[in-house]
Amino acid sequence: MKKILTIFLILIISQALSLNVYAGSDGTINLNNNTKHKSSEVKDCFETINRGIFAFNQGLDKIFFKPVAKGYRYLPKPIRSGTSNALSNLSNVVTIPNNILQGQFKEAGINTLRFSINTTLGIAGIFDVASYYGLDKLDKEDYGQTLGTWGVKEGCYFVLPVLGPTTVRDTIGSLANFGGGDAWYNVTIANDTKYFENSDYYYSRLTAGIDFRAKNLEAFNSLENNSMDLYASVRSLYLQDRKRKILNSDETTETMNDDDWEEIDTQ
Amino acid sequence: MFKAKFITLIFLIAVLIIPIEAKEPGKLINEIVNEASIILSSSDPVESKIIRLNDIAERSVDIDGIGMYTLGKYRKSLNENQKIKYRKLFKSYFLKSFSSRLVDYSDPKINIVSEKKINEKYTIVNTVLEATSKNPEIKIDWRIYTKNPERPLIRDLIVEGLSLARTQKEEFRSILQNNEGDINFLFKSLEEFIIK
Repeated sequence: MKKILTIFLILIISQALSLNVYAGSDGTINLNNNTKHKSSEVKDCFETINRGIFAFNQGLDKIFFKPVAKGYRYLPKPIRSGTSNALSNLSNVVTIPNNILQGQFKEAGINTLRFSINTTLGIAGIFDVASYYGLDKLDKEDYGQTLGTWGVKEGCYFVLPVLGPTTVRDTIGSLANFGGGDAWYNVTIANDTKYFENSDYYYSRLTAGIDFRAKNLEAFNSLENNSMDLYASVRSLYLQDRKRKILNSDETTETMNDDDWEEIDTQ
Repeated sequence: MFKAKFITLIFLIAVLIIPIEAKEPGKLINEIVNEASIILSSSDPVESKIIRLNDIAERSVDIDGIGMYTLGKYRKSLNENQKIKYRKLFKSYFLKSFSSRLVDYSDPKINIVSEKKINEKYTIVNTVLEATSKNPEIKIDWRIYTKNPERPLIRDLIVEGLSLARTQKEEFRSILQNNEGDINFLFKSLEEFIIK
């Protein structure tokens, strides 16, 4: 029971803070002709309930995450950069196995080197020394993305209380982290290594979310102010973002399945 | 009389033989970014900035095209009067949304990275919005409609891989779907947004 509660708590922290996944990310833009799936094809199961939960999550964001993220912005830039670098470095322990599972062996090698260099010379990842040596930062990968590259469909789109937007596939992917797929979880919570406390994991997840939220304060405000149906916008952006990440291609060519554009002739 | 005809003939020949210069999509983006940057960094009142930004949008964005795209399958079921009303409302909606998104930036620095012609109708211009002390670097791709090479128009902005036109389309579809496809509900939502 305690373990189930722990997993639930971690899920809450990790997903709640990715509520604004649509507001921007550090990946590259990859929309091409191969992307013939419309994000609209994903079924929104229980939309009425989902909208209610979404409103609840928005309230939570307003009273907790947003004010904390605003406060975080007042920290000196070197502290924010160092925190961001360290958390990004830590995410490699999930990215590397997923690189391998997706057949991205070159990327797995680069990320392993980056992780080794930054963890040692970069003092626990605070300084991105690897980039200085020409090993540029690559896109993050997770188990949901791996399932996507293996051809697993999204399943239903739904919104979880606190956890935010997700799909059946992405939720299953998140659970893989707790089944041994996340080395950081393994050394902090799953195993008693004496070097780390359970709280180290919770703090890292919470900080990662606040860091992300702080980076996207303006984008989120803009979206809120300019949406007539914020729920629908978030759904669209979440699904587009996941598709883009699963594509793993740097070539920007087309927006997704734009047959509609072809019919519109204004010149 | 003969002289007038001769001058007209010379003029026509000149028009026919002098090639009209096509405008490069990248050049279009450079121009509007520079123009917007001057407006945004000026000390003009916000209202004045909005008017000038909207002027840029009207000249360089295919607002009509985006409006029709965002209607998706529903555009086929609209009658002429509804189309006219929709175009008018969408234009007001778009301009309000466009200027309110931009006016928060004091002096955005956008650099063109590359440009790729997809076909005769479209070119994608890849740009980067420089990082500031508050925000990280943001990749922005511009989908340019180039059917008329002399007057390329922006049809979509793809921010970090997320298409604004697609998002808008799915938002409108959601409003229509939840109101049995009744276009009047969309009109009402647009009107509410415009007067907000």
